Amino acid sequence: MAGACLNALTLDIKCSGNNGFSLEVNCQLSANAITAVYGPSGSGKSTLLDCIAGLRQTASGSIIRLNNETWQDASNTMPVWQRHIGYVFQDARLFPHLNVQHNLDYALTRRPRSVDIQLEQVINWLELDELLSRSTDTLSAGQKQRVAIGRALLSAPQLLLLDEPLANLDHAARQQCLRCLQRLSQELQLPMLYVSHDIEEVSQLADHLLLLEQGRLVEQGSLLALCSTLDTRLSREEQAAAIVTAKVSQHDMKYGLSELTVDGHSVWVNHLPHAIGQSRRIRIPARDVSVCLRRPLDSSILNILPVSVVEIEDANTARLLLRLSLGSQYLLARITRKSCVQLGLRVGDKIYAQIKSAALLMESTDPA
Amino acid sequence: MSNTELDAIYLTIALASITTVLLLIVSTPLAWWLSRRRGSVSALLEAVVAMPLILPPTVLGFYLLLLFAPDTFLGRLWQQLTGSQLAFSFSALVIGSVIYSLPFVVQPLQTAFERIPHNLLQASATLGARPLDQFRSLVLPLSRRSFVTAASLGFAHTVGEFGVVLMIGGNIPGETQVLSIALYDSVESLRFNEAHRLAGALVVFSLALLFLLYRRDRQSAWRVRA
Repeated sequence: MAGACLNALTLDIKCSGNNGFSLEVNCQLSANAITAVYGPSGSGKSTLLDCIAGLRQTASGSIIRLNNETWQDASNTMPVWQRHIGYVFQDARLFPHLNVQHNLDYALTRRPRSVDIQLEQVINWLELDELLSRSTDTLSAGQKQRVAIGRALLSAPQLLLLDEPLANLDHAARQQCLRCLQRLSQELQLPMLYVSHDIEEVSQLADHLLLLEQGRLVEQGSLLALCSTLDTRLSREEQAAAIVTAKVSQHDMKYGLSELTVDGHSVWVNHLPHAIGQSRRIRIPARDVSVCLRRPLDSSILNILPVSVVEIEDANTARLLLRLSLGSQYLLARITRKSCVQLGLRVGDKIYAQIKSAALLMESTDPA
Repeated sequence: MSNTELDAIYLTIALASITTVLLLIVSTPLAWWLSRRRGSVSALLEAVVAMPLILPPTVLGFYLLLLFAPDTFLGRLWQQLTGSQLAFSFSALVIGSVIYSLPFVVQPLQTAFERIPHNLLQASATLGARPLDQFRSLVLPLSRRSFVTAASLGFAHTVGEFGVVLMIGGNIPGETQVLSIALYDSVESLRFNEAHRLAGALVVFSLALLFLLYRRDRQSAWRVRA
């Protein structure tokens, strides 16, 4: 690869596993963003993370480089403990003979240099102050995972790897951890690789997306762009959904709703706990979007948005996807081919998209 | 108690203590290596380590005696380095005891090391711990109880050995005459009062040590495991 790249994670990884499985990933990632590694189970997501961490031997010829630092090339393999990564495993892997405070200290005393991340900040972000003196085997799964995230952060990593950290958590704990992770991503300039097979989690956190299938990289790019493109693996899935960014503009307490604006258009959702002016991503599943040629005047659906048809999926199936532009952002709608023909839809048509308000919710609304 | 008896008790304690310390030094890396490897080489090594469990002590003693003789390589080397002969010396007893009690220290440690989850070591490596640091900060504290067990078993087994000592140590009061040999000696010469004292002391010692070990294990049975 030509030249050293600042702020980039360069990967050219080959690795063979059991039963003929092999991983081959060649890409360059921005090292100031959260990149989601997404794909079905068995697609090699965790293997990729283990290779980057140095926990798994890669085949010869593999290259791993972060900024100007080479972790793996033809002649050298940098040992795990010199890579300064933080790794949050699916099973928190807290040390059983140490309490929470000492687990955090374990990372603190071994970190290479003094850095900005302070113990008090981490305790505060991850809501750990109640837990410090507890023994690790008295913690719930969610608490363990928050301690594990804190421990990884305190080791002052230059790259944070998260391997399905929320997979074993119940809904409430998952939401709390997600909130913590979102806060972290806003507070820290820390590149993260986030493995998940849950598109909801991915949509909330990631800026970029790597899509793995059977050990191969099948798509990569910006999350928002990938999600609203018709011919990606994501759009072929049943839960295909567009992601748009929206700003909270008002709360309507009388009806328990909040108004968001997406490029000047208002969208009503169930009441959100966020302050007015805050930016949020919302995920709009394609199957919850229907279209009509004129604005319906007496519909129960609150969200009827003027859109234009950008692209119509060219497929011979009973149902097809439309890509619709809403200002500078995009929506997807899944409709039957029959309706498409009956409405005579063409690219460039100005039409109306109806969205069920419930579909906009991707985050638990109860502030508890 | 006669001077010979006190000498024997002192010698036994000295031999068992030195042997235990050496055993811990030798067995820790050996047990670690065995716990991390699966293959013919490690299986063979495991078998060699375990041999004293089934071999009659006299067999081991016989070969060690041949090895320690002044005309062998080891015997000559020892003579050159220390100026005294190896066979029938306290040093020979220490070497013999280390080999003879090896499985009693290696096996508990190996079992403890095998039970330490590999993924915890991985986690500590990602937090910046080098291998030796991982061993010190994770493996040692997580297998602390097994170290106590291993040391106690090594000590007790060395106190109780007879055949190997008889073969390679002879029966020199103050040099190689340990408790078990002194007991044998007193019975041979029909000094039954002395024999009673020595045998009784050994019975009480063994029972007390084993009782302490088992009680401790029962009280807090291996809590430190995920």
